[in-house]
Amino acid sequence: MTSVETEFDANTRRRAQVRQSLTRRNRAETRFRLLGLGSVLAAMAFVAVLFGNILSNGLPAFWQYNLQTEVYFDPDVINVPAPPVQEAGQSDADYQAASLAWQRRLAMVNWNRLITASIAQAMQGVDVEIDDRSALSIVDTGTRFVLRDMVLANPDLIGQTRDVSMLLSADGDNWSKGKLSRDLPDARQQLTRPARDAIDALTATGAIHPAFAWHIFTNVDSRSSPASAGLAGAFVGSLYMMLVVILLSVPIGVSSAIYLEEFAPKNRITDLIEVNINNLAAVPSIVFGLLGAAVFINIFHLPLSAPLVGGLVLTLMTLPTIIIATRSSLRAVPPSLRQAALGIGASRMQMVFHHVLPVTFPGILTASILGVAQALGETAPLLLIGMNAFVANIPATPLEQSAALPVQIYLWQGNENRNFFEERTFAAIIVLLALMILLNALAIWLRSRLERKA
Amino acid sequence: MTSVLIAALVLAMMAFAYRQGYSRSRVLAGQSRLHSRPQYHGALLALWAVVPFLLILALWGLTSGQAQEWYLASLMPSDIAAGSDYASAAARLRNIASGFGVAGDMADWERTAGESLGRFNTILKLSAVALGALLGIAGLVMARARLSARLRARNHVEAAIKALLIFCSIVAILTTLGIVISLVTETVRFFTYVSPIDFFFGTVWNPGYSTTSNEASGSYGMLPLLLGTVMISGIAMLVALPIGLMSAIWLTQYAKPRVRNMIKPVIEVLAGIPTIVYGFFALVTVGPALSGLGDVIGLSINATSALTAGIVMGIMIIPFISSLSDDIIRQVPRTMRDGSLGLGATKSETIRMVIVPAALPGIVGAILLAVSRAIGETMIVVLAAGNAPILRFNPAEPTSTFTVTIVTALTGDADFASPQSLVAFALGLTLFVITLMLNIGALVIVRKYREQYE
Repeated sequence: MTSVETEFDANTRRRAQVRQSLTRRNRAETRFRLLGLGSVLAAMAFVAVLFGNILSNGLPAFWQYNLQTEVYFDPDVINVPAPPVQEAGQSDADYQAASLAWQRRLAMVNWNRLITASIAQAMQGVDVEIDDRSALSIVDTGTRFVLRDMVLANPDLIGQTRDVSMLLSADGDNWSKGKLSRDLPDARQQLTRPARDAIDALTATGAIHPAFAWHIFTNVDSRSSPASAGLAGAFVGSLYMMLVVILLSVPIGVSSAIYLEEFAPKNRITDLIEVNINNLAAVPSIVFGLLGAAVFINIFHLPLSAPLVGGLVLTLMTLPTIIIATRSSLRAVPPSLRQAALGIGASRMQMVFHHVLPVTFPGILTASILGVAQALGETAPLLLIGMNAFVANIPATPLEQSAALPVQIYLWQGNENRNFFEERTFAAIIVLLALMILLNALAIWLRSRLERKA
Repeated sequence: MTSVLIAALVLAMMAFAYRQGYSRSRVLAGQSRLHSRPQYHGALLALWAVVPFLLILALWGLTSGQAQEWYLASLMPSDIAAGSDYASAAARLRNIASGFGVAGDMADWERTAGESLGRFNTILKLSAVALGALLGIAGLVMARARLSARLRARNHVEAAIKALLIFCSIVAILTTLGIVISLVTETVRFFTYVSPIDFFFGTVWNPGYSTTSNEASGSYGMLPLLLGTVMISGIAMLVALPIGLMSAIWLTQYAKPRVRNMIKPVIEVLAGIPTIVYGFFALVTVGPALSGLGDVIGLSINATSALTAGIVMGIMIIPFISSLSDDIIRQVPRTMRDGSLGLGATKSETIRMVIVPAALPGIVGAILLAVSRAIGETMIVVLAAGNAPILRFNPAEPTSTFTVTIVTALTGDADFASPQSLVAFALGLTLFVITLMLNIGALVIVRKYREQYE
């Protein structure tokens, strides 16, 4: 009787023990699961913070303040003769010399006087005394070339009045966007008091207003007129580099993958190539830059800062990625396809090029696009082949000096006018990320489309 | 323009040869059964015509620079050819020869020498093209004579394609060789200035920049850089490892497939963002935030420091660790997991005591790969680590790494042959060897682990 009872007690005790440990274990389970969920949420939060930060900082840069005002192309200031006209009997060379001389005269004109005059005009009725220097500090220093080019394109403008939209200078734009503290004493302000007052007054009248900054896409980088600096040169430079990468790394990478996967005998040498490619994929990108500096620049004397050299370096860097991805898509082709082709008498070469390769086409395409997207954002190797040089023109050929998008970001983040260029750098980042997202989206779209067909 | 013409000539010849082979084989087909289809006969003839042509053109491209150099030396008066002005005189002559013109007045001998150099270049180019075309035609004629119904044209063409494929897969090997050879030769040059012992075990990094000589003034001890590299990578791993691993566990073990398919690409976005973007994000957002946090809790944290760079690099590496561990965890046989669950273990116990230990070698491999990634990362540290190569253990202070020093050494004004520049290659070689060892270690571990379960 008693022994049964003790057994019962023991069972109860054991059950309680188990229940207790079960609660403990379940609690541990919940903790663990929450930890996992927390990590995922943290990673997602990083994505959100990163993109939120970039967008909130960069988007305002796409709108810049402009001064819309009437400019009188005063013949007294633009003191040039009428543009030369090619007379009968005048040789082309003579005419060209004459028109160049005329353009030189035009370049000597003090265009800033037109700007100060038109600002003074706009300030009529506003109770602010403004000196010429302060007036000029409001608008971008490139404005005078804008006016010159207007006259160059249309000499009849002299003596007429036109409505012109002038970009505000970097400091003026900062002031309008409220990025400069209004409480600082005059000595620590970038703009003089009259200039600041003038901007405020002109904003109140509506002459100064924000507009979408198209010039970010159409202008090249500029140091003398930072407000009008743009990405056009960097964009074309990156485009050339990507063309080089596509033209070289895709054919070479795909051929190499085909050989290794379909033809190579299994021996020491192919094993070595295999290990070598895997290692190359993990070599830091900066080492490729060192290779470029030592071989392409120092031995072959290719031009510094040229998209061709950048493209070559990036090609070597993306090659392993493309090879590995192509091999894995070749491996995914069912062996039955190969056997069927060989069975009806195709040669190995015909089997690969007529039957296997078309099936893997979507995979190869996706891999190539992703490889190019990766190359597009790479910065470090480009710095070592001199692409961090300041280049203010759009390269006409891949052998000319050029900027590149990621390097432009690097250059802008180092600009002394941090207040203005921080925003501008974020804008460049948005452009770069948009391009990369576009490429990735293209890859996804193509894959889904082609795979459905296949 | 001329290069376009030459390309057109080559293409025209190729088309002509193909046509010849095709029509000739059709004629032969009338007499007896062909071994290969007419296309292969055409392609074979095209190869015979174009390959010699291209070889000659390549030979010309490789040797014309040297030939020009020899001819240049013979054109100059002996006092200039032997003197120190040789390089600038040669550049002037080349500019005259190309029709580009030079600044200043041309001496008489310069004009005549420049003109004869221009003639020499034209003759060289024309004779290369003529010789190439001649050899191509000879090849075409010879191959055409050998065409017969029994000719195994397909096999010949396929052999040529295979040779091309092999050549492409050798490019990867050549890249590795190029990296190793260029790094080693430049490093050896560097060690003629600085002894390897001082470099590898020196504790002071202070390369004295001098504008007048190539002497190694200053100390080149790499230990401060090694410490900075290790510290930043360590911080990055502290951030990335727990978050990455726990995310992988949650995504593989807990998340529903639908949720998983949605979340995984979002996290992997982090891997696709260019590192320059992370660098700028660290510099502008994370650094000041950390510094502010330090002020609140009473610690002095520098805005650009090992901590800033490490944390942001950790964020970058999260998807790397999570997707690698994801693959590895999913390779653990299902039976092990089911067995553990069947014995009454909770899910988290199964994960901690069965799955993770089983996947441990693979996870270690993933960690090694991630560390090698972190060590070679450049732009984040260039922007956010502060570039202060000082031996100190405080992560809140600015520091420097191998990659930062490579960039500063090669983007500065120092002459390429000076120790201040060459040190970049010594650092690059060290970096290459470290990452190579990590990668090989990771590959060995992962491969062994895979064999265990396959």
